[in-house]
Amino acid sequence: MPPASQLQRPQPDGRLGPSRRVIVKILPDPAIGPGAPFLLAPARVHEAEGEGRRTFALFQTLQHAGPLFWVLSQHQASRPMPRGLPPGVAERLHIVEARSETDLLWATEEALRSPVPGLVIAEPAKPLSLTAGRRLQLAAEAGQTTGLLLIHAGQGSNAAETRWKCDLVAGPSDSTRHRWNLNKNKKGTSGFWTLHWDGTTAACHMVSETGE
Amino acid sequence: MARRLLVIWFPRLASDTSLRSRPLGGPVALTRRQGNTDVLHCLNLDAETAGLSRGMGLADARAILPDLATRPADPVQEARAQEALRRWAGRYAPQVAADGPDGLVADITGVAHLFGGEDALRDDLHDRMARAGIAVQTAIAPTRSGGHALTRHGGGIVLDGQVSEQLGTLPVTALNIPPDVAGGLNRLGLTRIADLLRVPRAPLVRRFGPDVMKALDKMLGSLPEPVAAPPDPPHFGVRISLPEPIGLTADVMAGLDLLLTRLCHKLAATHMGARRIRLELGRVDGSTARLEIGLARAMRDPARIAPLFHKGIDDTHAGFGIDMLRLVATVTEPLLPAQIVPGQNRGGDEMSDLLSRLGNRLGFDHVLRCLPADSLVPERSFRVVPAAYHDAQPFPYRPRPARPALIFPPEPVRQTRGHPPTRFHWRNMRFSTLRAQGPERITPEWWQDDPAWRSGIRDYWRIETSEGPRLWLFHTPNAPGWYAQGRFP
Repeated sequence: MPPASQLQRPQPDGRLGPSRRVIVKILPDPAIGPGAPFLLAPARVHEAEGEGRRTFALFQTLQHAGPLFWVLSQHQASRPMPRGLPPGVAERLHIVEARSETDLLWATEEALRSPVPGLVIAEPAKPLSLTAGRRLQLAAEAGQTTGLLLIHAGQGSNAAETRWKCDLVAGPSDSTRHRWNLNKNKKGTSGFWTLHWDGTTAACHMVSETGE
Repeated sequence: MARRLLVIWFPRLASDTSLRSRPLGGPVALTRRQGNTDVLHCLNLDAETAGLSRGMGLADARAILPDLATRPADPVQEARAQEALRRWAGRYAPQVAADGPDGLVADITGVAHLFGGEDALRDDLHDRMARAGIAVQTAIAPTRSGGHALTRHGGGIVLDGQVSEQLGTLPVTALNIPPDVAGGLNRLGLTRIADLLRVPRAPLVRRFGPDVMKALDKMLGSLPEPVAAPPDPPHFGVRISLPEPIGLTADVMAGLDLLLTRLCHKLAATHMGARRIRLELGRVDGSTARLEIGLARAMRDPARIAPLFHKGIDDTHAGFGIDMLRLVATVTEPLLPAQIVPGQNRGGDEMSDLLSRLGNRLGFDHVLRCLPADSLVPERSFRVVPAAYHDAQPFPYRPRPARPALIFPPEPVRQTRGHPPTRFHWRNMRFSTLRAQGPERITPEWWQDDPAWRSGIRDYWRIETSEGPRLWLFHTPNAPGWYAQGRFP
């Protein structure tokens, strides 16, 4: 549970808001950014697992300017569809197909080492070794590029800066709900959030657990 | 200095080159298709002495000479042979141009003394061609038309200032005029070129048009007729031979740096950039290792090209050592010099470097980018193209109808209940529908034969499941069944 103060902000007159359901819209503040708690630390490699990890990656594409590299296996059937991506993402997207796991890690490392990409997304199929994870971190530091690895559950590496578990949740008719758990964070606290993000805007809306 | 032109005619170029690559004894003819019949295109000497001639029908030729061997003519091969001979004739003159499909003309003004005179030059050329097995006839004359006419009538040398005397005895057909005009002149009793010089010009022009007099003036030299040799296209290849064989990667890379600098200078001089570069490493035992790299965009910067070869050179087996390096830019594109401003963003360069590095290991067709396409069929609403060869194009933003963010080939959905299904199995998971939006009917494009769309029209539904995933299912009414094809965020 996040601290109550994060979800229930005091109203201007001092009393707490309605306890049943509170929606906090995170304003696009240039200092914090529109996706405040979900901003990835720059020049580091992060991990996301769970059913909604690709949705999380799509959300992150909107938080990063510049070319996007999506490294995946040649045999992977599930591909991004430009017409369904958030606006402005399809033009920046580069899809890199790797023949083998080694090639995939190599391509990810090369993309991270280059200063050009704004975000590098990779989908490794096998568990990441500590060596591989550490190499990717060093490459991200060298190129000042952020990386996001979409891993299968429990196949991450200890070198990851943060690890998110992302799930899709059924919600009311006007809401596309997600539950994003920050399970591991090297430089801060963990937490979990339920939010509404419709897949088109850079901002998201928090939804309190009590509203369920 | 008086102009001297060497005109070379290869009377049997097509059959000679064909027989050079595949020798054959006896009468041989090359045939080409003309309308509905095969006609003789070129003959060797045996066939000509047997009484055959060019343009004769193949059936007639077989009747005259039943054991005639034939081959199909190859105009491409013929043009290539002429071009090779043109480059070879560069040994006699700096400017050599093609003269018709089977001749050459070379400007040998002031050159003949290097070969010991014009007679010696002709003898030398005839000797070399006889050794190569190609029939040849040459003439040296002050004008191009004069030389051309003389090659067809025995060859020889026309001295300067004696064109009308020496060529006056040739028939009017030697002029570059259509055969019916030559026939008309013959009917008037003008059979020799010298006859034309004696009659008044105006009545001839009125009767046969200006071309006769123009051809005559060109032969006599009063109208200019240039050689017009085409400039040789630049060749982007450099090589280095080493006195001692080398085998270390660092040594080969050092040799490569030398070659790249020279190659890039060549490219810069013609404002070109390389797109593909091939490196050939010649080993001591005569074998050759070839490495080829591609570049994401045209460039000529040695420092950025050299690292791309490193992995290939590292993996190459040196054998007993490498003593020859050859570097060729196989594909080039125009690349104008660009102003470099200090502190300017070089993002484009770094992007193309990254694409080159990825493309050379994974293949350029595996580093992709999406372009918009005009189709309602989901799979064809975008094109996936190599990023190195296409620039990004903006996608028009259309929020409706909603499309999934991820798409995959249709996967069958099993154990469906209801329409749209309230419960179903997909990927061995059980789902129950919370909300369904649809249907959106998409019909197949009949002009495309897509096996995936053989099942006919599709009704697409956006299904929100109570388990969480929001799926894009479709139903095929023509062959009843439910399939999943995408996932919404």
